[in-house]
Amino acid sequence: MDKQNKVKRFKVSRDDIELTLLALPTTIWYLVFSFFPMIGILIAFKDFRMMPGKGFIASLISSEWVGLTNFEFLFKTPDALIILRNTVCYNVIFIILGTVIPVALAIAINQLYSKKLAKTCQTAMFLPHFLSWVVVSYFLFAFLSYDKGIINQLLSSMGQSSVQWYMDPKYWPYIIVFMHIWKSVGYGMVVYLAAITGIDQTYYEAAIIDGATKWQQIRYITIPLIKPIIIIMFIMAVGGIFRSDFGLFYQLPRNAGALFNATATIDTYVYRAIEGTGSMAMSSAAAFFQSVIGFITIVTANTIVKKIDGENGLF
Amino acid sequence: MSRYEKQALEGVERFNRVSKTTNIGLSALFIFFAIICLMPVILVFMISISSEQSIATYGYRFWPKEFSLEAYRFLWESKESIMGSFIVSIVVTVLGTIVGLLLNTSIAYSLSRRNFKFRGFFTWVIFIPMLFGGGMISFYITVATVLKLKDTLWALILPMAVSSFYIVMLRTFFQTTVPDSLIESAKIDGASQFKIFTTIVLPISLPAIATVGLFLTFAYWNDWYNALLFIDNNKLVPLQAMLNRIQNDIAFINDNLSTLGASAAELIAKLPSESVRMAIVVIVVLPIACSYPFFQKYFISGLTIGAVKE
Repeated sequence: MDKQNKVKRFKVSRDDIELTLLALPTTIWYLVFSFFPMIGILIAFKDFRMMPGKGFIASLISSEWVGLTNFEFLFKTPDALIILRNTVCYNVIFIILGTVIPVALAIAINQLYSKKLAKTCQTAMFLPHFLSWVVVSYFLFAFLSYDKGIINQLLSSMGQSSVQWYMDPKYWPYIIVFMHIWKSVGYGMVVYLAAITGIDQTYYEAAIIDGATKWQQIRYITIPLIKPIIIIMFIMAVGGIFRSDFGLFYQLPRNAGALFNATATIDTYVYRAIEGTGSMAMSSAAAFFQSVIGFITIVTANTIVKKIDGENGLF
Repeated sequence: MSRYEKQALEGVERFNRVSKTTNIGLSALFIFFAIICLMPVILVFMISISSEQSIATYGYRFWPKEFSLEAYRFLWESKESIMGSFIVSIVVTVLGTIVGLLLNTSIAYSLSRRNFKFRGFFTWVIFIPMLFGGGMISFYITVATVLKLKDTLWALILPMAVSSFYIVMLRTFFQTTVPDSLIESAKIDGASQFKIFTTIVLPISLPAIATVGLFLTFAYWNDWYNALLFIDNNKLVPLQAMLNRIQNDIAFINDNLSTLGASAAELIAKLPSESVRMAIVVIVVLPIACSYPFFQKYFISGLTIGAVKE
């Protein structure tokens, strides 16, 4: 009886075959564009060179194993500290501000008397999300250009001297953080606003009857009820702590060499290797590091969140 | 809800509002933020309709001293290069959206069937890449050397076609809105899964398909990264990547002013003038800026479906 059941369970029906066929093209896509490149992680442990006349796999197999040498070299370069520091520090700031500001604004915009005004402002603030970093870098240039930019015009009209924005790294941490928030705040607001409008109004009614102030309502109803979505967004952001938005760090500084210290991250460093000006093996080591640490941080963050409060993990 | 209840609720809302001064303060704040988000678009548009002379003497201005449509006339006249890029952008966006929709919806439908035996396996196939990747270098080698897609439009289309995020979104939608009984009855009538998928599931899932379609359309229209990696041929450069190239050329000239010497001026003269560059930006931004307010609700529904965890 038991055996019969087992056989039955493993019998593949016509449905299964048809559904598998439906899923097949996309699975092939995943094999080619996601799983096959994972083999390339081996580059990080090899003295990899494309052999002339040989394919990628053949080159990979025949190049020599070098163990952790690439990592050693990577961490010995003076650049390593800068790119790691930049990647992690910017991300920590982005995670903190990228949670606090959209949550605060979503709660605030929900309080406006005029729903029409709220809708209009929200729509306007959503616009930057739909623009590419290339376009945004042109926007920024219109403001920061040395001889024609709006900011320098303002400065000189106030009797101040003009600033060479694209030459001086000291302003860039602020510019990068501002532009990141500028581009992402509308998206965050939309996500949190959707969560807030989903809250059952009877909670607030009960709170009002008990004499709760607006602050107390926000503190004890709104925030606890949108906490799950805040946590999901937080874990995803923490998982990407060693990744950086390539467009943000590559496009906005317009590839200016003078800004390297303030704007180089792991991703721009890796890109330099593809472009041909950096080391392939070291960049692979950096990419491997990024992937593995990213995976570990996302799992750790998830475990910690689950430990603290039961259900609110991502998986 | 009865009329009385409605009135009572409105009363509660009114009672629970923030004070008048807070409302004025918050309104002013949000108007300010909205202006900050829209201002750059307006500025770039204004630069694009300024005369070169006025830009050279007065710099960029919100209200140019001298208006001119020269930049747009120039774009219209230099059809081959700029129109070429425009067409590449459109072809990539349209083809990419179609390919993307086919690939994402088909596997999402399979994953949405609860009695599908290999559902677990295919879930892992889409889940693992969400957490772990091979890195930029091996991705580049895969597309450029292994698949030999360098300098083809497929290098712009295929890498972006599928996303686990879209698949999860579509799967959740199929699961929650397509009734099982509908599919069962079609099966009793002898319909195959392909037939059910194409004639029943897709037509009743139009809102979700529109959402993913929009995500894909905007992503393809905005893409410059794949072109940066894979396209060298001038004829296959989409608009966004073209803007990126102009910018890199300028950066190159500025970084090497001393070594280039007199030839720098010559090189700069070959690049599009400032108003023309800004006019290209306007052409890129305009379709997005004009359409997204109408599609916003699809985006929002997409984001909220996507946030549902399982």
